[in-house]
Amino acid sequence: MDLRFTDEERAFRREVREWIDANLPAATRERMASGRTPTKAMQVDWQKRLHAKGWAVPHWPVEWGGQPWSAIKRFILSEEIQSTPAPSPLGFNCNMLGPVLIAFGTEEQKKFFLPKLASLDLWFCQGFSEPGAGSDLASLKTRAVRQGDHYIVNGQKTWTTLAQHADWIFLLVRTDPHAAKQQEGISFLLVDMKSPGITVRPIITIDGAHEVNEVFFDDVKVPVENLVGTENRGWDCAKFLLSNERTGQARVGASKERIRRLKLIAREAPGGGRPIIEDPRFRQRLTEVEVQLKALEMTTLRVLAEENKALSQRKPNPASSVLKIRGTELQQAISELYVMAAGPYGLVAPQDPEAEGRNEPEVAEDWQMLAQATYFNWRKQSIYGGSNEIQKNIMAKAFLGL
Amino acid sequence: MDFDLSDDQRLLQESLRKLLKDKYGFENRKAYLKSETGWSREVWAAYAELGLLGMPFAEEDGGLGYGAVETMIVMEQMGRALTLEPFLSTVVMGGGFLRHGASAEQRAALVPEIAAGRMLLAFAHTEPQSRFDLHDVATSARKDGGAWVIEGRKGVVIHGDTADRLIVTARIAGARRDREGIGVFLVPADAPGVTRRGFRTSDGQRAADVTFDAVRVGAEAELQGGLALAERVADETIAALAAEAVGCMEAAKDLTVDYLKTRKQFGRPIGSFQALQHRAAEMMVACEQARSMAMLAAMMAGEEDAAERRRQMRAVKIEVGRNARFVGQQTVQLHGGIAMTMEYAGGHYLKRLTVIENMFGDMDHHLAALSEEGGVFLAA
Repeated sequence: MDLRFTDEERAFRREVREWIDANLPAATRERMASGRTPTKAMQVDWQKRLHAKGWAVPHWPVEWGGQPWSAIKRFILSEEIQSTPAPSPLGFNCNMLGPVLIAFGTEEQKKFFLPKLASLDLWFCQGFSEPGAGSDLASLKTRAVRQGDHYIVNGQKTWTTLAQHADWIFLLVRTDPHAAKQQEGISFLLVDMKSPGITVRPIITIDGAHEVNEVFFDDVKVPVENLVGTENRGWDCAKFLLSNERTGQARVGASKERIRRLKLIAREAPGGGRPIIEDPRFRQRLTEVEVQLKALEMTTLRVLAEENKALSQRKPNPASSVLKIRGTELQQAISELYVMAAGPYGLVAPQDPEAEGRNEPEVAEDWQMLAQATYFNWRKQSIYGGSNEIQKNIMAKAFLGL
Repeated sequence: MDFDLSDDQRLLQESLRKLLKDKYGFENRKAYLKSETGWSREVWAAYAELGLLGMPFAEEDGGLGYGAVETMIVMEQMGRALTLEPFLSTVVMGGGFLRHGASAEQRAALVPEIAAGRMLLAFAHTEPQSRFDLHDVATSARKDGGAWVIEGRKGVVIHGDTADRLIVTARIAGARRDREGIGVFLVPADAPGVTRRGFRTSDGQRAADVTFDAVRVGAEAELQGGLALAERVADETIAALAAEAVGCMEAAKDLTVDYLKTRKQFGRPIGSFQALQHRAAEMMVACEQARSMAMLAAMMAGEEDAAERRRQMRAVKIEVGRNARFVGQQTVQLHGGIAMTMEYAGGHYLKRLTVIENMFGDMDHHLAALSEEGGVFLAA
C-alpha cells in the first residue's frame, strides 16, 4: 500500500501544469477563475488546443485519438484541468457519446463522428430526460417510427444542457411501444439539430442562467444510418454511457480549487470587525467541509487505483458509489460557504460580463454576485445524472442485497 | 499509488481473522468481560504466538519490523471482533514510546518481554483538568540526586489496572499548560507510592485512576522526546483507532444489513422499505469514507514533518468520528429494541465507537485546532 505518485507521474503533473499555463488564454482563465462556465467560443478554442496536444480524449483507444496512458495519468490531467481551473473537454462528446460509438457504432459512424467529437467540430447535447421520464428514464415516450430509410421522430426532451450551442443531439427514443419490458423498446439515435421540425426553447433556471432547454421534435426525419447499435437495444448504450469512469464525477480537483480560492477571498472579506476567515464559526464550517473533501479525495484515489488495473483483476468497488453522492453534497456545501462569505453583497444578482451594454462599474465584487447564483445552480448536482436518492436505491440493491 | 495489501499482509489479516473467529465469538467475549482482568490471557498468549505483540519493533530489538499498514490490518480485525485485550495500550502506544523515545538498553530490556506477552504497558496522560490537551500536565517530576520523584494523579489510564509499566507524562519545568518542560517516564506499576484504582470503561474495557505519591524512579525510567514524543505516539494511536473504528463500523453495518433481510414486519422483510434501504446505503457511504481516512492515516503515520502529520491526523480523527457516530447510532436505530440490550452485539459497537470518538481528542477538539492551523488544503 502506497499513497505516493511515481516520479514519472509527478513529472507528468508538472508538464501538464506548465502546458496549461502557457496555453490557456487569459480571458478564459479569468472567466473560469471567477466561477463562471466558459462561453461557447472559449470551450471550443480550448478543446481544440487540448486536442492538438492529444489531450482531449486520452481515455479513448489510441487509433481514435486516445493515449496509451494509465488511469492515473488520465486522472492527473483531468485534475490539473479542474484545479487551474480550465474548461474540461465537453463531457457529452468525450465521456458520453464517444465511448458509446467506440463500443456500439458502425465503422462509418466512428470515422465520421469520433474525430469531430474530439476536436469539438461538432457539439453534441444529450436527449434523455423527458417531462414524464426523469428518474424513471425507461418510461420515455418520444417516438421514432421507421419509414423507409428514415425514422420519423415526434416528442419532447427536456433539461437539455447547452442545446443552444449544439450541432447534434444523441437521443433515446421509443421504437417499440409494445415490447414486453419498457427497456426493450428503446433505440439510440444521432440527430442533426438543423433538421426541420426541431424547436429549442430555453429554460431559465433559478440562478437566472440559460443552461438547459426543452427540445421539441415534430415529424423530424432521421436517416436510419444514424441509429447506434441495434434497434430496440438502445438501453444497452444508455446503461454503458452511465457506467463509464466515475472518478471524474466527484470533481475533487475542482472542489479543492474552490476551497483554496475561498480561503484567499475570506482573508479580505469583512466578518464583523475582522476578516471572515478569523470568525471561528465560519472557519470551522470551512474546515469541516475540507475534512470531508479529503476523505472523498482518498476514496477517489482508491477507485482510481482499481480502474488502473487490468479489467480481469478489478473488483466491484462500493467506493465508486460514494463518489456521486458525496461529491455533489460537497460541491453544494462549498457553494453555501461562498454565500456565507459574501454576506449582504451576495444579494446582488450577477450580470454576464459578455453581455452587451455593460459598461457601468459593478456594485459588488464578481465573486460576491456569483455566490448565490452558484449556490442556486449547484442544487442541480444532487438531481442530475441519477439523483442521489436513485444512487442510494442502486447501492441498496447492488451492494447490500436489499 | 497502490491500495492493495501485499501477500504477507494478507496472510497476517487471514491468520488473525481465523484466530478471532475461533476465540472471539460474541459469547466468548461475554465470558472474557466477566473475568477478573476483563480480557483473556489465553488470547493474549495466542497474539504472542502469532508475533503480534512484537510486530512494531525493529527486528534487531526482537520484533517483526512491521509498520502502520500492518497495525491498520490488525486493528481493523480487532475492531470487528470488539476485542478487549490491551493491544492498543501495550503494542501501539507502548510500542510507539519505546521505538521513538527509548534507548537501545531500554528496548533490550523491554521488547523481548512485551513480544513474549509477559509485559503490559499503559499510557497515563489524562488528568482531571487536562481534557484532550496532552500538554496540560500538572503531575510533576523533580530531580533528586540521580533519581526522579513523581507526584500527581492520572485518570482514565486505559488498561492501567493490569499494566506492568506506566508511561507517564510529568512536568519537569514551566507552567501547567506550557508545551515545553514535559518529561516522559516509564514507571513500574508496583513502585512504592503508586496507587491504582481499576474500573470498567463505558464500553466494557478496563482502565485505572492512578496516583503518584513521591514515586522515585531512576534515570533508566526516562524516555527522550518530551511532548513531541507523546504527540507522535498520539498520532500513531489515532491511526490505529481509525482502523479499529472501521472494523467496528463494517461489522455493525453487516450485522444491520443481515437483520434488515431477516426481520419481518407488516408481512415482509423490513429491508424492503426504502426509508431503511437509504439509511443502510448511507451507512455504507460512511464506512467507505472512514476506510479511506484509515488508509490515509496508515500512510501518513510515519510522516516526519510533525505539523503536516498532525493536520492529517486531525482530519482523520474528525471524519472517522463523524462517520462512526452515524454508523453506531443507525445500527441501533435500524435494529430497533434488540440493539438496546446488552445481550446483542449491535449496541456494543455503538459503545466502542463512542469510546474511540472520545480518545485523543473528539471532533470539536480537532476541528478547532485544525481550523487554527489553516485547514486541510492550505491556501497559497
